Amino acid sequence: MCETCGCNITPGNEHLARQKNSQGQDAVTVLKNLLGANDQVASHNREHFDLHGVLALNLMSSPGSGKTLLLEATIEALKHKFRIAVIEGDLETENDAARIRAKGVPAVQITTGSACHLDAHMVHDALHHMKLADIDILFIENVGNLVCPASFDLGQHRNITLLSVTEGDDKPAKYPVMFRAADLVLLTKTDLLPALDDFDPDRAEHYLRQLANPAPVLRLSAKTKDGLDAWFDWLRQELLTQRQRARHGQSLRPAIQSDGARMHAEMAAHHSSPATSEKHPRYREA
Amino acid sequence: MHELSVCQALISQVEDIARQHQAEGIRHIIVRIGPLSGVEPELLIQAFPLASAGTVAQDSQLIIERLPIRVHCESCGADTDAELNKLVCGACGDWHTKLLSGDEMLLASVELAKTENSYV
Ligand SMILES: Nc1nc2c(ncn2[C@@H]2O[C@H](COP(=O)(O)OP(=O)(O)OP(=O)(O)O)[C@@H](O)[C@H]2O)c(=O)[nH]1
Ligand SMILES: [Zn+2]
Ligand SMILES: [Zn+2]
Ligand SMILES: [Zn+2]
Ligand SMILES: [Zn+2]
Repeated sequence: MCETCGCNITPGNEHLARQKNSQGQDAVTVLKNLLGANDQVASHNREHFDLHGVLALNLMSSPGSGKTLLLEATIEALKHKFRIAVIEGDLETENDAARIRAKGVPAVQITTGSACHLDAHMVHDALHHMKLADIDILFIENVGNLVCPASFDLGQHRNITLLSVTEGDDKPAKYPVMFRAADLVLLTKTDLLPALDDFDPDRAEHYLRQLANPAPVLRLSAKTKDGLDAWFDWLRQELLTQRQRARHGQSLRPAIQSDGARMHAEMAAHHSSPATSEKHPRYREA
Repeated sequence: MHELSVCQALISQVEDIARQHQAEGIRHIIVRIGPLSGVEPELLIQAFPLASAGTVAQDSQLIIERLPIRVHCESCGADTDAELNKLVCGACGDWHTKLLSGDEMLLASVELAKTENSYV
């Protein structure tokens, strides 16, 4: 799928890119500057999506907050209107991809092993197993984890953060980095609200606003299908605007990654003679 | 969580800088981190020996400077300090603010150890 953009690192030749040179350093910088390279690959992924008019959405949440069940319900309702595909991130199992395939749409599973988040390289590898020309909406279900997924751009257009009502309405205050990154927040499992006396959806939204995040907050239950129409409307609208953008050669980055200044070197390297090298303590907090 | 990846990325930038300056070693690496960067300074410090082992940075000291959180209010125009989970205007309380600082993860400076009489 990379023939048009000149991408040439594949699972097949990746070992060449990792070869060491005579100084024992990486010959090619594929896996080296991880975040810098991640951002490059993320942009590259986004080019693939834009080229094919695909809307790419990154779903993030705690483990078990209902990402896969929501995808199943969404596919059931929309698969005859839109061509949907899914990339599933999980630590160990293929279960989620199997659930999606059972709904009749393509799903690629990425098992991350010990990595608690997806990165742009993993998504790029997964793209080699998909036909982007046959996809309207690509969902990327990130690893269930409220911490790191927000720090890695995958090339998606939008971030969606799920918060299930069983988790507590103060989650946005406890995980500000994740909730600041959301372009849309979904309060899930709302069918359980009557059984819970300590989750107030308005309070959850209040905590989100306290993070200066204007993202819409939708309340839904994938189990009873309550509230799903507003979610479907959001998807339709996003796909429409994505296609308009792509037609004009424009793209969209999700909420946070556009203004992130991560790993940006201000470079003030100065020299010193090793003659004065007294023993330093290894670390110091300034 | 992912601090080892972040640390490896950091070391790799430092290696580039050392190579450009033909440095033989690194003495200090100063990194500026904001509370909203998603990077835990303590975990970065723990990951540092692992990520720097066998690199030009292996005998260096990692210094972390913590940056404050500052926001600009789009309603009243004030620039104020804010908290990790409360990014509202300190003057009028409005939440329509823009982050001025606090999400950075910057490699601020690198002190190279370079032998004066080395001609390589
Ligand atoms: N009552 C209720 N249960 C739900 C709802 N959505 C999901 N669940 C249940 O919550 C559990 C986890 O749902 P999943 O969809 O697998 O959650 P997930 O976010 O994909 O989980 P991971 O991929 O492991 O992070 C399952 O037992 C679901 O049946 C809902 O709307 N209402
Ligand atoms: Zn490619
Ligand atoms: Zn799942
Ligand atoms: Zn992680
Ligand atoms: Zn104000």
